[in-house]
Amino acid sequence: MVNLSSNLLYTAFILYLIATVFFAGSIKDKKNPKKGPNKSATLGLWISIIGFIAQLGYFITRWIAAGHAPVSNLFEFTTFFGMSLVGAFIVIYLIYKTPILGVFTLPVALLMIAYASMFPREVSPLIPALQSDWLHIHVTTAAVGQAILAVSFAAGIIYLVKSVDQTKQSKQRFWLEAVMFGLVCTLGFVIISSTFSAMGYKAEFNWIDKNGQEAVLEYHMPALTGPNEGQLLTEGKFEPLAEMPAIINAKKLNTVIWSLTSGIILYLLLRAILRKRVGAALQPLAKNINLDLVDEIGYRSVLIGFPVFTLGALIFAMIWAQIAWTRFWGWDPKEVWALITFLFYAAYLHLRLSKGWHGEKSAWLAVIGFIIIMFNLVAVNLVIAGLHSYAGS
Amino acid sequence: MKELKCDCGHVNPHGTVLCESCGKVLEEKEKDKKLLDMRYEGSARRSQTYNKTIIDKIWNFFSSVKVGVWLIVITLVASALGTILPQEMYIPPIMPAAEYYEDQYGWIGKLYYDLGFHNLYSSWWYLILIASIGISLVICSLDRVVPLYRALKKQRVSRHESYLQRQRVFGVSEVEETDKAFSMAKEKLKEKKYNIREEDGNLLAEKGRFSRWGPYVNHVGLIIFLIGGMLRFVPGMYVDKILWIREGETKVIPETNGEYYLKNDAFILEVYDKEKDNEVFGEAIDKAGMVAKNYQSNVTLYKKQGDAVAGEEADLEKVKDYEIRVNEPLKFEKFALYQVDYKLDELNKMSFALTNKQTGEEFGDLTIDLNDPKDIYDLGNGYKTEIVSYFPDFEFDENGEPVTKSRIPNNPAFVFKMFTPDKPDGEISFVAIRQTIEPFGDNEYKMAFKGVDTKNVSALTVRKDLTLWIIALGGAIFMIGVAQGSYWNHRRIWLRRVNGEVWVAGHTNKNWHGLKREIEAVLDGTGINEPEDQLQNQSEKKS
Repeated sequence: MVNLSSNLLYTAFILYLIATVFFAGSIKDKKNPKKGPNKSATLGLWISIIGFIAQLGYFITRWIAAGHAPVSNLFEFTTFFGMSLVGAFIVIYLIYKTPILGVFTLPVALLMIAYASMFPREVSPLIPALQSDWLHIHVTTAAVGQAILAVSFAAGIIYLVKSVDQTKQSKQRFWLEAVMFGLVCTLGFVIISSTFSAMGYKAEFNWIDKNGQEAVLEYHMPALTGPNEGQLLTEGKFEPLAEMPAIINAKKLNTVIWSLTSGIILYLLLRAILRKRVGAALQPLAKNINLDLVDEIGYRSVLIGFPVFTLGALIFAMIWAQIAWTRFWGWDPKEVWALITFLFYAAYLHLRLSKGWHGEKSAWLAVIGFIIIMFNLVAVNLVIAGLHSYAGS
Repeated sequence: MKELKCDCGHVNPHGTVLCESCGKVLEEKEKDKKLLDMRYEGSARRSQTYNKTIIDKIWNFFSSVKVGVWLIVITLVASALGTILPQEMYIPPIMPAAEYYEDQYGWIGKLYYDLGFHNLYSSWWYLILIASIGISLVICSLDRVVPLYRALKKQRVSRHESYLQRQRVFGVSEVEETDKAFSMAKEKLKEKKYNIREEDGNLLAEKGRFSRWGPYVNHVGLIIFLIGGMLRFVPGMYVDKILWIREGETKVIPETNGEYYLKNDAFILEVYDKEKDNEVFGEAIDKAGMVAKNYQSNVTLYKKQGDAVAGEEADLEKVKDYEIRVNEPLKFEKFALYQVDYKLDELNKMSFALTNKQTGEEFGDLTIDLNDPKDIYDLGNGYKTEIVSYFPDFEFDENGEPVTKSRIPNNPAFVFKMFTPDKPDGEISFVAIRQTIEPFGDNEYKMAFKGVDTKNVSALTVRKDLTLWIIALGGAIFMIGVAQGSYWNHRRIWLRRVNGEVWVAGHTNKNWHGLKREIEAVLDGTGINEPEDQLQNQSEKKS
């Protein structure tokens, strides 16, 4: 059952990849100037739907195998996020029929799923606090809300790719390229982690933690930054270039450095091949899209996603927290970051309604909103430990 | 107070921008704009009209959405700051907070503590921020909702030409059979669930007006929520106590006025077992080593009967047995008891035998209840042991004197006085775990250690929160309001006959794409041209 489940996930991943190609192809198709989606886009949509169904199959079979909804650790949650993003894309595509949305949304979903698989994938049993029906009610609603909000990020990126002038140096051009670089770095992380994990790289260190205790740490990438007073135990492995003080998590820093390095290499390669900025290379894809429509797609996604997010990440969260943790609110970092996300999108809506922040400003806000959501997903789980950091190493 | 009488005869309140009835522009400044600012229907808002007294100024400050957004953004940044390092409530109680932050995080930790960020969310300035958001919510809403309600209530069907012309969606058509076109459009609008009003052959189709109230409904919900949050500080509304209770022990439940008692029958800790539990967990269990499956306290709840005099044993009546687990609190009256912590195998009883050191002969056993030791244990035949001093959590202080750190028997130590027929004055012996000191030289007798008895301890949170229903009500109203405002749109379509032409204008508070598609469907086949999006045309001309 677990095997079937992971095969379905692979299938979905491949199908999303193919669908992206079809959506991209439908834009380049110049023979078909008539309004509305062409054959290639329709195919892309169907492949996305089949992929979504395959992933739904992964979700259901894993649920059956584990006996609980597969949203209980970082791998499962992030995968579910990716699936919800595809689901949200399909719904919004059916309203607006814009293939370019697929070209930008599906790769984000692909990156999320790939990123998810870098975390421990085994089916884990539920600790007592998670044994509740609220696990799937709260987590899935929150993830779906975030995924719908993420569609506005894709729309924002499309808007900026089209509207930012690539011929002149500007802050906008720089930051758009920075976002592209961020995405490339995520890809870099996925590539470098899967390479070393395919090689089966393992190096053990003896080290002294910040409480002065001796401990053993296992690296899965060659250690550029070694732990405090670390001694390499595994023979023939790479000796660290620098030793970190105990207060810094040398292993996580090492991963960050590797991801950044591979991201930079990947990005430079891209630049060398494209002979222009990534943003500029994407610009032709957005040539035929109407900016107002993209703006509206972004706004609509926020409008649809905000209530779902509030319901899942705040209201349901509070109900469950009252049952499991005795209080509905406790200023746990994850709770606070859900509140920050809520406040941010509340500000977005107010700025749009009253200050007339449409178009480009709105697009930038959508990008920042997505960064906040990702921060809550990644950094709050891995860096800021709290009650929610049940996963990841 | 000056009132504004429009050409159409309608009397508008002072400060109105667009006539409530016909929509004609009343404000000079607005007259040369290509498109109307349709926010709040151009109604007379207090904040835009008066700015004399101090009350006006305060009102205007808080009614500004700009101020509201700033408050939101500042709160957002402040909240983020509080997550850089753990808040004081989440740090382990191993040392004072002042030392802990510096010890663990260096100078950053010290700075964090000095700035008071270790208790950021209960700091006065954070609370002021939240309170300001609350005030802003009330004033912003009042400033807008009343005039908006008036304007939408008073609007008439035949709007002024200049009003229609300057709508974002607008078009003019020459139509052969106007009446037929109108009746066709009317049928289609009805199909699309529009409310239709007619006047002098003109038509106003409107739907989803209630979505305009969504923001105000959700603000009301938020205000109720915040009031609920404030009520926690009213005495008696909120109880947060912890009850450590040993197995077999019966304790009064705090904050119940001595009404309720709880007996802990057993504490159970279960971990996942690779052999017995779902085999798919095997790999995860191997990796983690041990994964907790269940924390459970089996308890019995008792209610006190009648009035017991202080010191007298209370007369208890059993209410119910219950198994408290995480996610399954025990509820009674307004209280709930939650499983939050535990301690396994706390020392509970210790047994000794009074023994002759030389012969090894024993003269009787005694068992000491470490939580309630007796003064004297009589072993019969003239043998007895007196406990002179008892240190439940023993250590030597800086002067080398034995002291106790707490009343919890983590490391019990005793000063015994052993009375025997041959030593009627008694021999003193200091006994701690793996340690015996005989302060007055060699004794003939000793207290030989026989064994211990341990018990588990459950920690239960005692919670009463009378604000919950207000918080829940606020949350529910907020969700209703937010859904109302997000998932419905307020759409209006005007059809007007002007000198033989048909003028069409459309307005929506959001989702213009949807409105345009709807107008397209409505006008299809009527001979009336699809109106244009003037804003889009403008921006396309520019680019």
